[in-house]
Amino acid sequence: MGITFRKETFRDDFTFKNSPEHIRRFPFPFNEDAYMYAVNIEPHVVGPKGSVLENLIDVDEHYFAEMQDRALVLAEDPLRCQSLPHMTLAGWDLLELLMEQQALGYPEHFTLERDGDRWRWINRPLGIDDTFTFGDTSTLPYGPMEYITRQSQGDFCILDQRDGNLWMDAGMVTTQADWSLDFDIGMNFFEWHAPVPLAHEKGIFTRALKFLTNIQQGKPARRLNWTMTINPRLDTSPENYHKWGPDRATVTPENVGDKVHLRVELQSFWRLPRSNGIVFPIRCYLIKMDELVTQPKWARRLHRVIRDLPEELATYKGLTRYRPTLVEWLSKLDDGSPTSPGFGPD
Amino acid sequence: MSTGTTKLDVVVSDVVPVNDLVTRFHFRRRDGELLPTFSGGAHVVVEMRDGDRTRLNPYSLMGSPLDTREYTISIRRDDVGRGGSLFMHRQVKPGLEMVISYPVNLFSLDLRAKKHLMLAGGIGITPFMAQTSQLAGAGGNFELHYTCRTASLGTYADVLRERYGSRVRLYHDDREERIDLDRLLSSQPLGTHLYVCGPAGMINWVRDRAASLGWPSETVHFEHFAAPQPGAPFDVTLAVSGKTIRVGEQQSLLEAIEAAGVDPPYLCRGGVCGQCETNVISSDGKFIHNDHWLSEEDHRSGCKIMPCVSRFEGKSLVLER
Repeated sequence: MGITFRKETFRDDFTFKNSPEHIRRFPFPFNEDAYMYAVNIEPHVVGPKGSVLENLIDVDEHYFAEMQDRALVLAEDPLRCQSLPHMTLAGWDLLELLMEQQALGYPEHFTLERDGDRWRWINRPLGIDDTFTFGDTSTLPYGPMEYITRQSQGDFCILDQRDGNLWMDAGMVTTQADWSLDFDIGMNFFEWHAPVPLAHEKGIFTRALKFLTNIQQGKPARRLNWTMTINPRLDTSPENYHKWGPDRATVTPENVGDKVHLRVELQSFWRLPRSNGIVFPIRCYLIKMDELVTQPKWARRLHRVIRDLPEELATYKGLTRYRPTLVEWLSKLDDGSPTSPGFGPD
Repeated sequence: MSTGTTKLDVVVSDVVPVNDLVTRFHFRRRDGELLPTFSGGAHVVVEMRDGDRTRLNPYSLMGSPLDTREYTISIRRDDVGRGGSLFMHRQVKPGLEMVISYPVNLFSLDLRAKKHLMLAGGIGITPFMAQTSQLAGAGGNFELHYTCRTASLGTYADVLRERYGSRVRLYHDDREERIDLDRLLSSQPLGTHLYVCGPAGMINWVRDRAASLGWPSETVHFEHFAAPQPGAPFDVTLAVSGKTIRVGEQQSLLEAIEAAGVDPPYLCRGGVCGQCETNVISSDGKFIHNDHWLSEEDHRSGCKIMPCVSRFEGKSLVLER
């Protein structure tokens, strides 16, 4: 049985919703009642059936609508997809990875046939059936990275590894939490993380870089990151700040449940075999408060996390303006009883 | 979490003597599937089970990265080494089942380069076999300068000349042919990257000259695998695991630690990647540091050791393992 893809929007009338099954599989990012940075990296191995980790590249009910939204963003702003000239080989690596993983996890929706370097790719949800020569860019309608990331949920940064550092030299970034590929392109790991508060002092980036440059082929890793977004808007980019920034002033006690969304990024890290680069998929999951609080444990825990979040982090994540309203709303769902360990709902 | 690599179960599919010193080994997967794709410059670690001892040595993959039906490595026989190459030359025959690591690349091409200038010495030719295949397939601009002792010991010189013609320059020691290094380094177009793999003396010479002639260090790449050297046996206490072990004459400290059932992370086993860096808790004696990872200050401090290649002489050594 395949996935039923929802017809929904991430802009204008914001019809995005999660089905009850998708609420339960939401990757809730807090395993305790408080949050602070940690190098929370673990091996990216297959997880339980029915979770977002059932496959290493997750496809869900929002696939079709997310791909439509990406096409709209790119039509308005082609610079959301960039690849420096030396990154084409890494683009082919990524195309192979995403085609293999999607075909493996969802054979009813995707098929990859390979005959030497003659490849046929069938993407049923998007009505694509293309035959091309692997390695020959002229046989695809776009460059290899753009071609496959127009058909894959999540943002993708491809990092070149050289001089003991990682360099943001290619990417497809349309579902980002307020950062810009066009601004960061060509920067190294420390440069693009410069705005993050507190973590530098803790030496987190030095350790994280050491870990990432040692990621081995066949052994991907992952971590979760989170923020909050007003309205289910995928494209919260600095370029479009004028469209979404003012939304933060629209939160009222009456509309918290519908407007405020927890935004979780499942970030994974993979060594690319031909280019020796690293690909960093950033998969964004959204859930509105009304949906999240259907799981009482999550409601209690989120209340405590947001209430006790250090001020610098609240500012960095852009929560300052509506935090009191949100905490007040969540407090009514927190009877003070303990929460069970672990991420999952009770 | 461990940063080691995944293992591959392989079978030796061919053993081909190349010349008096060098033999080539071919591996295929035992399950008949394709091997993982790799990038030019990558190595694998080969596990050599020789009676009751296991050696693990890194070797560059030398086949084309475009062909993953088999991996090939070439090994130069070292009659005074720890015996890994002798084991491979004497005991490894087609059909033998072996275990190798996934490929790891610590000598990667910089794909921004407008031109790749490669300098090889002796068996240091092997990573360039794969890199030239990769670049040739993609229309890349490269030039290879290869120094060998004699024409008959010029491993793969004939193959390379046939494939790439004048892009390959050969220099024979017995004919007193020498690279005019300063001239070569001074006449390269902007955007050239330099790669060197060979004996330590050659690597140091090339790096020194490149630095003197103003090459930015980011454009100079080198593969500096030090094979572990044999030496006098010594005793070590592993404080964390509460074990005392003896490192044999032909054994590396890392191998001795592994033989005791303790598994530090590793990637290169050649003193360059930094994975197996180990803190010294106390010592009374002299360290023989052979790595290229720790700083000189670290070496002098006596607080750290790279057990893959370095040794110790003295009364006592206690490690945080």
